[in-house]
Amino acid sequence: MDGTQNALLVPSTTDTPLLQVTGLTRLYGARIGCADVSFDLWPGEVLGIVGESGSGKSTLLSCLAGHQRPDAGQILFDGTDVLALSEADRRRLLRGDWAYVHQNPRDGLRMGVSAGGNVGERLMGVGGRHYGRIRDTATDWLGRVEIAAERIDDRPSAFSGGMQQRLQIARNLVTGPRLVFMDEPTGGLDVSVQARLLDLLRGLVREMGLSVIIVTHDLAVVRLLADRLMVMKSGHVVEAGLTDQVLDDPQHAYTQLLVSSVLQV
Amino acid sequence: MSDDAYNFAYLDEQTKRMIRRALLKALAIPGYQVPFASREMPMPYGWGTGGVQVTAACLTPDDVLKVIDQGADDTTNAVSIRRFFQRTAGVATTESTAEATVIQTRHRIPETPLTEGQILVYQVPIPEPLRFLEPRETETRKMHELEEYGLMHVKLYEDIARHGEIATAYAYPVKVEGRYVMDPSPIPKFDNPKLSDNPAIQLFGAGRESRIYALPPYTQVVSLDFEDHPFRASKADHACDLCGAAESYLDEVITDDAGSRMFVCSDTDFCTGRQAAGHRGRLSPLSKEIA
Amino acid sequence: MIQISNLSKSFTLHNQGGAVIPVMAGAALTVAPGECVGLVGQSGAGKSTLMRMVQGNYRTEGGQILVAGLDVARAAPRDIIRLRRQVMGHVSQFLRVVPRVPTLQVVAEPLLRLSVPRDEAEARAARLLAQLNIPERLWSLSPTTFSGGEQQRVNIARGFVHDYPVLLLDEPTASLDARNREVVLDLIMQAKARGAALLGIFHDEGARARVCDRLVDVTAFTPGLAA
Repeated sequence: MDGTQNALLVPSTTDTPLLQVTGLTRLYGARIGCADVSFDLWPGEVLGIVGESGSGKSTLLSCLAGHQRPDAGQILFDGTDVLALSEADRRRLLRGDWAYVHQNPRDGLRMGVSAGGNVGERLMGVGGRHYGRIRDTATDWLGRVEIAAERIDDRPSAFSGGMQQRLQIARNLVTGPRLVFMDEPTGGLDVSVQARLLDLLRGLVREMGLSVIIVTHDLAVVRLLADRLMVMKSGHVVEAGLTDQVLDDPQHAYTQLLVSSVLQV
Repeated sequence: MSDDAYNFAYLDEQTKRMIRRALLKALAIPGYQVPFASREMPMPYGWGTGGVQVTAACLTPDDVLKVIDQGADDTTNAVSIRRFFQRTAGVATTESTAEATVIQTRHRIPETPLTEGQILVYQVPIPEPLRFLEPRETETRKMHELEEYGLMHVKLYEDIARHGEIATAYAYPVKVEGRYVMDPSPIPKFDNPKLSDNPAIQLFGAGRESRIYALPPYTQVVSLDFEDHPFRASKADHACDLCGAAESYLDEVITDDAGSRMFVCSDTDFCTGRQAAGHRGRLSPLSKEIA
Repeated sequence: MIQISNLSKSFTLHNQGGAVIPVMAGAALTVAPGECVGLVGQSGAGKSTLMRMVQGNYRTEGGQILVAGLDVARAAPRDIIRLRRQVMGHVSQFLRVVPRVPTLQVVAEPLLRLSVPRDEAEARAARLLAQLNIPERLWSLSPTTFSGGEQQRVNIARGFVHDYPVLLLDEPTASLDARNREVVLDLIMQAKARGAALLGIFHDEGARARVCDRLVDVTAFTPGLAA
């Protein structure tokens, strides 16, 4: 390795992972939810988790996001042991540095509250007390997710599915989180609407330097969004690596089956 | 059945003790909703069963009781509750705010300033201020525990977005001693400033929901608002047509089919006291005679 | 810049009776800065496989692939991502983009990922698109609707928008007309002139002859064919 060549590859400035997961296990009685899952996630990185229904990918996500308590394992966020946090600190994390985008926007939005109120809630949750500024920020975010400013006082129930999902994303990202969990964010949307959402997410990930963990069964979605991929089966990670490597040169029998099962268009 | 057949103030001693324990806890943690074993009372829910139980637990034979409903001493609800305690406790009653030692109220704080030693008992229909936006009780309790009150401002935000100003006119949420967000019961927001730094003990009873909360004397109570939309204690922009008071909370009364109306003090004791002292309003019988 | 030694690879088809197909053994080559090396060999000999292994798209079983000092065969995923963003550009035959993203953005994206200011990134993207004769009225449209030749040129623009020290070229002149073929060959010559190391597959023999300094026949690395 000579010096000039080495200098071409700029070393990463962020040499500590944002999230370090070790031996994460969640059992439902004798049945395995997910078992012995370990990985690191670096700042600005998008990690896809794929697998069929029941593979444990949703269990893993809910353990990571603090919706369920794992039976064993460790989760370090920015060096902090998340599982050892008090509930108050954990919930503060969920309101500030973390965000969670639900598959069904109805689970992530307040349907009885206007679009502006939905986006503003996290701002008010972290102490925003200036109506004008909250509204300006909400307007700005609606624009960023391509919702017309004049819809700010409409309730999400008056929005299409794609708009609801974009609103949910704005609501989650308005406080500038560092880590975003996404559960099938494009599920249930028309293909054309999916594309728009994917483009939007890619732009936001790049501009905000977000780290994202995205659970999906849609391999096309992870190919376009994820830097790295974990493939899960029966609660275990059977393969992990660069997204295009896992999809184009799958090593595990299950991954080969998964990849070959996708219809090519 | 003779009235002697009732225990003093209707409730048995064990029940009153249980309520007093809840009251003491509520006073120790101002604004915190304390659960209590609410009893069936001989009146329907919504008629003040929570307030009546709190009043019963507070009364002593020497007390002088006043009961108001929307400020008035002479409405059905106020009269019934007053009679109830006259029969079951034999306590003296009054319509005068200054003479009363215990005042049970529905939806008003008297205009006459309260003093040390007085107890104001509020009837509360819905004690949980967060419920309108978060229906899960488990979640709202958690939010109180962790002081996650952003949601309360979402409600005010929605008001401004829809009406251009904070349109919540009653049951206006407050923060107690910088800690708990509390529903002050459906008093008009005009009364909110009187909650704070009040020399009297303020007790809140919600019968159907089995909750008690309290403000000890001189507690700091702040109405929630935005920096650029500050809280305003509003009232109808009139003077009382009977006593001429310009600073009291007014009821609007339609007087004929042609839409004529008059504004009168909602606090009847305050209004009659002023009239007795010679104050006159636009429609006072005497001022008419003079005219 | 690129040093490959003793590279081997086989595919295991778990869903077809676990058949193991060796596809490469003992592969070795080097590409110096300013040099263009062409891979040749009959169809199925493993040209694309080798390219994909260098890119990190295929896994490597044995051997070493040093690109700018990083062993792609052993590197952690995030190091390969970093290598691809900063050092190793890639022009493939296939365009894979999010539908509806405008062409100008598709081309500018590699620069945006390197935190180049948007104005500058778009200006460079525009210059390349113009050079490659993509009409300006198409820049605001998604390339997914374009003809094969247009998509190919968008891919080339994307590959050349940043001055990558290493470039992998997979049939860069296929399906191009004479005029655009000239433009692409010029871009390749310019890249060489600025010192980039290029590794490519060119079926177009004329193009190969013009840009390649050396040819490597991958048949020598193909088990069963080498003998």
